[in-house]
Amino acid sequence: MNMHAVPQRTSAETALIDAFGERLSLLPGDGEVMVKRDDAIELLKAGLPTKRIESWHYTDLRRLLTAVPEHDQSAKAEVLAPILEGSAVLPVLNGVAAANRLPTLEGVTIQPLAEKLADGSFAAAALDLYGSDDAIGALNTAFVADGYFVDIAAGTDLATPIEIQNVQAGGQTHVRFPVRVGNGARVTLLERQAGEGAALASSVSQLLVGDDAEVLWLIEQEQADTASHLAQFKASLGKNSKLVLFVMNTGGKLVRQEIIVDAAGEGSVFTLVLDHSVPHTTSTEVVRYVITDKAHGVFQGRINVAQKAQKTDAKMACNTLLLSDDGEFSVKPELEIFADDVQCGHGATVTEIDRNHLFYLMARGIEEKTARGLLVKAFVAEVVEELENEALVEALEARIDSWFAAHG
Amino acid sequence: MLEIKNLHARIAEDGTEIIRGLNLTVKAGEVAAIMGPNGSGKSTLSYVLAGREDYEVTEGEILYNGESILEMDPAERAASGIFLAFQYPMEIPGVATMEFLKVAMNAQRKARGEDPLTIPEFLKQVKAAAGTLDMDMAMLKRPLNVGFSGGEKKRAEILQMKLLQPKLCVLDETDSGLDIDALKIVADGVNALRSPDRAIVVITHYQRLLDYIVPDSVHVLYRGQVIKSGDKSLAVELEANGYAGIIEEAA
Repeated sequence: MNMHAVPQRTSAETALIDAFGERLSLLPGDGEVMVKRDDAIELLKAGLPTKRIESWHYTDLRRLLTAVPEHDQSAKAEVLAPILEGSAVLPVLNGVAAANRLPTLEGVTIQPLAEKLADGSFAAAALDLYGSDDAIGALNTAFVADGYFVDIAAGTDLATPIEIQNVQAGGQTHVRFPVRVGNGARVTLLERQAGEGAALASSVSQLLVGDDAEVLWLIEQEQADTASHLAQFKASLGKNSKLVLFVMNTGGKLVRQEIIVDAAGEGSVFTLVLDHSVPHTTSTEVVRYVITDKAHGVFQGRINVAQKAQKTDAKMACNTLLLSDDGEFSVKPELEIFADDVQCGHGATVTEIDRNHLFYLMARGIEEKTARGLLVKAFVAEVVEELENEALVEALEARIDSWFAAHG
Repeated sequence: MLEIKNLHARIAEDGTEIIRGLNLTVKAGEVAAIMGPNGSGKSTLSYVLAGREDYEVTEGEILYNGESILEMDPAERAASGIFLAFQYPMEIPGVATMEFLKVAMNAQRKARGEDPLTIPEFLKQVKAAAGTLDMDMAMLKRPLNVGFSGGEKKRAEILQMKLLQPKLCVLDETDSGLDIDALKIVADGVNALRSPDRAIVVITHYQRLLDYIVPDSVHVLYRGQVIKSGDKSLAVELEANGYAGIIEEAA
């Protein structure tokens, strides 16, 4: 044992490094990919990020990641009924793309990522990290074994929503979803993160939106309460394109969702980094948290506006409903603005249930517990109702209802 | 139906006493008007009846059908048939009005041991009630009271009252913010609810509403006490001479 040269590794760090040694020969990819994997594991060998790293300040991963389950090839996961009826489902079950079930859609090319990594058609540069504190990227690049590559041809107006399902079975999975949306194409994508057991899942979505394209991307994370879920969503937006990103987190023990739009970097449990690098862009971020029991929620959001990015209109709002005295919430909104003709704003609120509202509902005979449930649901539903897709609003409201039925 | 005996109540937060030894009896079938100048405790009385936590009862008793309601929470009071039409109905974003009506009606049915309403029966009742109040169903699809005008909010209160069919209705300044047409519609709605087994307490600053909802009794509230009671002529007298004379007389 070499306990003098490096700080003592946590059991999770040791387990990850050992797993890499065992898995390496089984992971797909050519020499270039292998180099990326090696670089990534070197970063992890230096230790998981602690609260001393600013972007991880509120999520001390080294302390919080207490267990790393083994890869369990024998574990079984099942395909789920899609959130929106009639969706084309792309299932990844226990880390493996279930390729025999692929749907065919006109204008859409779908390929399991393991194949693409193996045949060398996946550009290794896509596995690059966005910085030295990109621990999720490193974990994923080191271990990524499968996922889907989705290519939507220019001009495709896809009526059928695509639902990517990443379903855990309690082991360790590392998947990636590169999605390319061609110029002028329109598509609705649902990224469903679900499953059972004390899984460790890393998942990276890489979206390239072409000029004039429109994408509605929904992330629904409903992992088991024992799972660790480390995820990244990276997007690059073309000219006049529109991306509506909606994230609903309802599960997991340790969850960090990083969102990086237009390739500027920094992360946290829930990070929104919007980089306005060209003039006349608009962004709106609305984040709502409901904190129950002893949960600790974190929001770190940064809006960067480059000097040439005049007329940027960026707004960021983070509202939190704190339902328990033991809950905790940390929020750090940041604006970095180098242009002088912009409209940028951020706001953060942490509130309890409005007693006046509660009284009003109870004064109509609604029991306190039911009334509180209605108000919490209302707090979340306000954001859902902003979505323009009516079927999606209904499907999400039904999911919120069932979540409350299970957790109320 | 309602007996208030030597009631004392204060603001929980700072201990300011607002109701100071109030006595009032309202019988089934009676429409009682409570009038008084600003700051006399009218709204506080309505909140205390509904069970708002912000007020503490320090002395006295409120009996409803002979039983004390002081230990009941607002939901229990409502389920037992007490209804407060708010002076300022709360806007609650994210709660659809129809959903709220359904939950409230079914909560009260459940408290009475009845089955929940079927959707068609619920819709039928809401449509009928909304029709008599000249309310647009489209409005009810919006979040509760959000973006409603002052008059629409008051109509929505009366709509709830019609649907919930309470036994004791307390109307807090229902006339404020209403134009004359809206006032007539609201008053008609209230009058339609007059019945031998129902009591209605109308709290108002002005006599105007009482032209349309004619009271059986009128009580003048001043500094947290009923200082004079009479029939509807008392309201007319107040309108003509103001409160000063009665306050002096009582002092």
